[in-house]
Amino acid sequence: MPASRVLPTEEAADLIRLVREFAAEKLAPRAAQAEAEGAFPREIFRTLGALGILGLPYPEADGGGGQPYEVYLQVLEELASVWATIGVGTSVHALSCYGLATRGTPEQRERWLPDLLGGDLLGGYCLSEPQAGSDPGAMTTKAVREGDDYVITGTKAWVTHGGEADYYMVMARTSDDPAERAAGISCFLVPADADGLSADPPEHKMGLMGSTTATMRFDHVRVASDRLLGAEGDGLKIALGGLDSGRLGIAAVATGLAQGALDRAVDYAQERETFGRKISDHQGLAFVLADMEAAIQSARAVTLHAARLRDQGMPFSREASIAKLVATDNAMKVTTDAVQVLGGYGYTRDFPVERYMREAKVMQIFEGTNQIQRMVISRSLAKPSGTITTTAATTTAHEESH
Amino acid sequence: MNIVVCVKHVPDAQGERTFNASDNTVDRENVDGLLSELDEYAVEAALTLVEAGEGEVTIVTVGPDAAADAIKKSLQMGAHKGVHVNDEAIHGSDAIATSLVLAETIKKLSAETAPDLVITGMASTDGAMGVVPAMLAERLGLPAITYASELSVDGGTARIRRDGDVSTQTIEASLPALVSVTDQINEPRYPSFKGIMAAKKKPVEQWALADLGVDPAQVGLDAAWSKVESFAARPPRTAGEIVVDEGDGGTKLASFLASRKFI
Ligand SMILES: Cc1cc2nc3c(=O)[nH]c(=O)nc-3n(C[C@H](O)[C@H](O)[C@H](O)COP(=O)(O)OP(=O)(O)OC[C@H]3O[C@@H](n4cnc5c(N)ncnc54)[C@H](O)[C@@H]3O)c2cc1C
Repeated sequence: MPASRVLPTEEAADLIRLVREFAAEKLAPRAAQAEAEGAFPREIFRTLGALGILGLPYPEADGGGGQPYEVYLQVLEELASVWATIGVGTSVHALSCYGLATRGTPEQRERWLPDLLGGDLLGGYCLSEPQAGSDPGAMTTKAVREGDDYVITGTKAWVTHGGEADYYMVMARTSDDPAERAAGISCFLVPADADGLSADPPEHKMGLMGSTTATMRFDHVRVASDRLLGAEGDGLKIALGGLDSGRLGIAAVATGLAQGALDRAVDYAQERETFGRKISDHQGLAFVLADMEAAIQSARAVTLHAARLRDQGMPFSREASIAKLVATDNAMKVTTDAVQVLGGYGYTRDFPVERYMREAKVMQIFEGTNQIQRMVISRSLAKPSGTITTTAATTTAHEESH
Repeated sequence: MNIVVCVKHVPDAQGERTFNASDNTVDRENVDGLLSELDEYAVEAALTLVEAGEGEVTIVTVGPDAAADAIKKSLQMGAHKGVHVNDEAIHGSDAIATSLVLAETIKKLSAETAPDLVITGMASTDGAMGVVPAMLAERLGLPAITYASELSVDGGTARIRRDGDVSTQTIEASLPALVSVTDQINEPRYPSFKGIMAAKKKPVEQWALADLGVDPAQVGLDAAWSKVESFAARPPRTAGEIVVDEGDGGTKLASFLASRKFI
């Protein structure tokens, strides 16, 4: 049974209906094989682009769908409940548009944003490096100013859509001054066909094989200075700002993935019989299913709570970390239990739940490991809190975009 | 080119479907409904033709309040406007009465712009009789070319391909004409989010029988030529019977089939 949802508008409800129908008809039949073969489904992202799904959370004036995060995240959840790779890809694409959409000048936005949000193009996000993951301030990729250009040299690791994307949002060091460790990083929009930019063969991962992950090598990649987003030195701030929203995306994807696993587990438990009755009629197993449902609903609730804060224009960084932590840890537990519910069959590749379990693992790692989320949450506890506000007092980001 | 597409809102075949206990008609209120899948092909065929040139696609549906969803979905796919004929008296109508209401609706529309084509699905997924297209063409005095698995329009001529069991026919009709299409003709599009937003602003007329000059006595359950006498749920499927071949498998199979009156 898919999740029950409450949406703020009729068009949002129709959007969810559309995504459910599309996911059932076009994604479900292909997911298992594409994951087994490690085949990146580029044309599915093209179709999602044409349907208007890839630009959903960005303003209509820029070519997006003008939808609040409350709606967009539920779309991600529906996609991921059928195929995590598609949910992750949609979320990463939104992340790759973040720098341009929030920090681009009017000229930059007008020039590139409609194509990015319109769905023809797919984006990637280059922050991590082989020696700089949780600690991106340790990055060494450089962007050196030469006349009217920047020349970028270095290696970016783990790039989702690496080698498949049409452009990359790239963080690189514009200052070597050790005093400017974090403040010496800048953000660039780099086209995939730039000279000197190449992708290594994709990583052989434990799961999420349909989603390409590759190292990108920048060998004196020359880009015009108008591809700098924001000011020099703003790069890490932009990257981390994008990750606050990206973490909500991953929280939604993990929640959807867990929902997909629960749905399979419930179907199975209502058919499989032991000791003369359905296994769902054995309390010991039924309570496992109940805990799975409770975990998923909790994940959805914290995620949508953070989304609504964001939609109200309120601070949501701590809540985004909580959502990412809770939703991905819960997804790990739920998918592991789904394998348990299916018994020996769950451990085989003939059933999808072992794949869900492998896919859940990465959700605890990327866009900030769950240790890093705990770090963000614990640090925020030192800050003043206990404020009391009303939602009526703030204009919603959604209304602003109209 | 202007095209009218007739669509039906039907109970979702994936969900629970049932009849009203009081009058043995299909329960359309307490079930999830949707635009009949076979009608999506008709909408797509109309959109493809109109988008290649100019003109409008008008969606017509006859049904209760919930049927508005069938129009909405068609408008989200890209159709331009809709007409919803909704009247208590239509409840329980048979195909003859349905074709009457549709014909009068299209005549009323024609007072403004006469359609070049009327397109329908080949049958509804609930009633599955497949007779409304021909009846409607007869009432409108239009040539009917049915079961199209291909459709093209060239000047004033519509041409279809109809795939039969033993032959494939190419059939032409001069416009205006009525065409019914099969599920082989195209792949219906999904509405885009822009389409969903745009549909909110598209006009949908609400007409009752009085707007069409149709006498309520001509439609509805009492006027129907066919009625459902009784209904029963299909018995659950029983386990199959395994015929073990001990040299006499053929005989056993034959006598099994004979006992079920297959041979
Ligand atoms: C499939 C996949 C897709 C990815 N996609 C992208 C992408 O598109 N773009 C991109 O830029 N990156 C991407 N990444 C990279 C990802 O964000 C990093 O892997 C992640 O941030 C962790 O960095 P690391 O692998 O270097 O681990 P490390 O930072 O070396 O961490 C190793 C371990 O130490 C722990 N640890 C580190 N620091 C602390 C601390 N201060 N306190 C407590 N524990 C700590 C971590 O939690 C972890 O358990 C992707 C990764 C994967 C696996």
